[in-house]
Amino acid sequence: MASVQIHDVRKSFGGFEVLHGVTVPIEDGEFVVLVGPSGCGKSTLLRMLAGLEKITAGTISIGERVVNDVQPKERDIAMVFQNYALYPHMTVAQNMGFSLKLRGADQKTIDSKVRRAADILDLGKLLDRYPRQLSGGQRQRVAMGRAIVRDPQVFLFDEPLSNLDAKLRVAMRTEIKELHQRLKTTTVYVTHDQIEAMTMADKIVVMQDGVVEQIGAPLDLYDKPDNKFVAGFIGSPAMNFLDGTLKVNGGQPYVETASGAKLPVMAAPANGNGRTVSYGIRPEHLDFADSGIAAEVAVVEPTGSETQIVARVGDQEVIAVFRERHPVAPGDLIHLQPRADVAHLFDKESGRRI
Amino acid sequence: MTTLQMREQVHSGPTAWQRLRTSRNFIALWFMLPAAAFLILFLAYPLFLGVWMSFTDARIGRDGVFIGIENYEWLWDDSIFWLSVFNTILYTVVASAIKFAVGLYLALLLNRHMPFKAIIRAAVLVPFIVPTVLSAIAFWWIYDSQFSIISWSLIKLGVIDQNINFLGDSNWARASVIFANIWRGVPFVAITLLAGLQTVSPSLYEAATLDGATAWQRFRYITYPLLTPIIAVVMTFSVLFTFTDFQLIWALTRGGPVNATHLMATLSYQRGILSGRLGEGAAIATAMIPFLLAAIAISWFGMQRRKWQQGTDND
Repeated sequence: MASVQIHDVRKSFGGFEVLHGVTVPIEDGEFVVLVGPSGCGKSTLLRMLAGLEKITAGTISIGERVVNDVQPKERDIAMVFQNYALYPHMTVAQNMGFSLKLRGADQKTIDSKVRRAADILDLGKLLDRYPRQLSGGQRQRVAMGRAIVRDPQVFLFDEPLSNLDAKLRVAMRTEIKELHQRLKTTTVYVTHDQIEAMTMADKIVVMQDGVVEQIGAPLDLYDKPDNKFVAGFIGSPAMNFLDGTLKVNGGQPYVETASGAKLPVMAAPANGNGRTVSYGIRPEHLDFADSGIAAEVAVVEPTGSETQIVARVGDQEVIAVFRERHPVAPGDLIHLQPRADVAHLFDKESGRRI
Repeated sequence: MTTLQMREQVHSGPTAWQRLRTSRNFIALWFMLPAAAFLILFLAYPLFLGVWMSFTDARIGRDGVFIGIENYEWLWDDSIFWLSVFNTILYTVVASAIKFAVGLYLALLLNRHMPFKAIIRAAVLVPFIVPTVLSAIAFWWIYDSQFSIISWSLIKLGVIDQNINFLGDSNWARASVIFANIWRGVPFVAITLLAGLQTVSPSLYEAATLDGATAWQRFRYITYPLLTPIIAVVMTFSVLFTFTDFQLIWALTRGGPVNATHLMATLSYQRGILSGRLGEGAAIATAMIPFLLAAIAISWFGMQRRKWQQGTDND
């Protein structure tokens, strides 16, 4: 196990820079998730960590050692690929033992290590099968087994669950998290799915367009997003944003929208009066009320445990989620009251949190 | 039709003809018939006729009578026939082995990222698309005893001081026709193997790199095993084409000098068509069949052993 330091790392393909100075500290034993929309550079960063891509500038160190010029096989890392990358002509046992075989380990050692990893992942009965004979979830487990057998300093996961169906994905999520809790190996996990990030990570790194938007614990990102991008990316359904003008007149500050609704705010900078802002409120933080945002119900989506209501405010859409079952139908006029203590204010221009 | 008959028909359901007419197998048979007729007429029949002819003493212009295995007995004691068998095996083994090695090397090279990749790939195909006889004529000049560009270059370089008699000396002639065959055959092997290489997912190489494999180990443990099915197919074809080669030899040496480059195919043609002894020519051609079947059998059993390729059923 080892810590990983990614310091001011840049990557260019040709003349085109895709990572603009990324710094991510990763502690020993930590489960870090890199998350962001596709094309944000998270996979590139992971591949640079693995040694599959050259580092254009900056440094990456694993443990105490700078690995910029270290061959992938010398880095003592193991990677699980999105398409599993299992060797189709080798059995499960051969797949898992391949790295040991290359290192010249004797068959006895290989067998015992493979057996141990197979026990951890419940693959014992599949050791003689070929990848073609396995289901998606089993292949996924073999790919992890291949990583475990090596007992590396760092595990790297590149969107490992995106080829699985929804139900299996949830199950594997739990399994990977459990595995990490058991092995306590430093793990870097790339995904575009914020739910995966939220549920699995000790620390989330949100990336967009080759820069880190925010680093923090899952609930910190949820509670205190640094900017509009993170606020909108973390949480599902996504946060509502309403544009308006901040009013600070001695008493309780509020944001007034173009349609005249007054949105409560707990605290605002005293000099913020008249500032154009984006008012962010999560769907689960809106309540039915007699006053507040007047909206027209457009769609009602019950999921059983909760109900999502998509409503129109002027030309904007607002989504609200309720655990209670409210008797509303499309076309109804409702009032939604934001909870002031969990409302977020962002600067309209920069998107920064106020 | 009487009422009685009609009633009977109602009771007995669809007639045999009606059942036959709607049978999928029956319709399928009709659809297969044109292809089957084509194959029977142009492949099976001539093959059968050839084999039959080898048991007769047919000559051009005269139907033969059945003489049993007399033709084969003749060939058994014919040193020229055995020389042609030796030549054919030598030609096939050496040319195929080198075509495989060079083709694989070229395929690995072309599979890399490099400038002008498309143009280079197209250029590799050139020997394959030039008609055999045309390239044979080019080689004929290259190997010419007086005007050979190879001899000329080597003399100018001071390596030798006399023209090499490429097609006049037995061993030189064998080497020359083998080289010409390799030149023609490499593109087929290279391009087919390249197609095979491109089906190997790059992530397998990345996984192997992370597992600690060197370039040689990646080839040995990933590329080669994954390529074996296509190698089996391409080498079967290559061996079959080489073994039955005729055009190149005929255009370059006509089997000479002193039968040194006579292959079974050229000898068969010479005896059967030019000398008119159809029966004997057919016997030589028929004698090629066991060798060809052996080549096919080897690749067939080689392919069958690869369990990992087969379906998803449990074993």
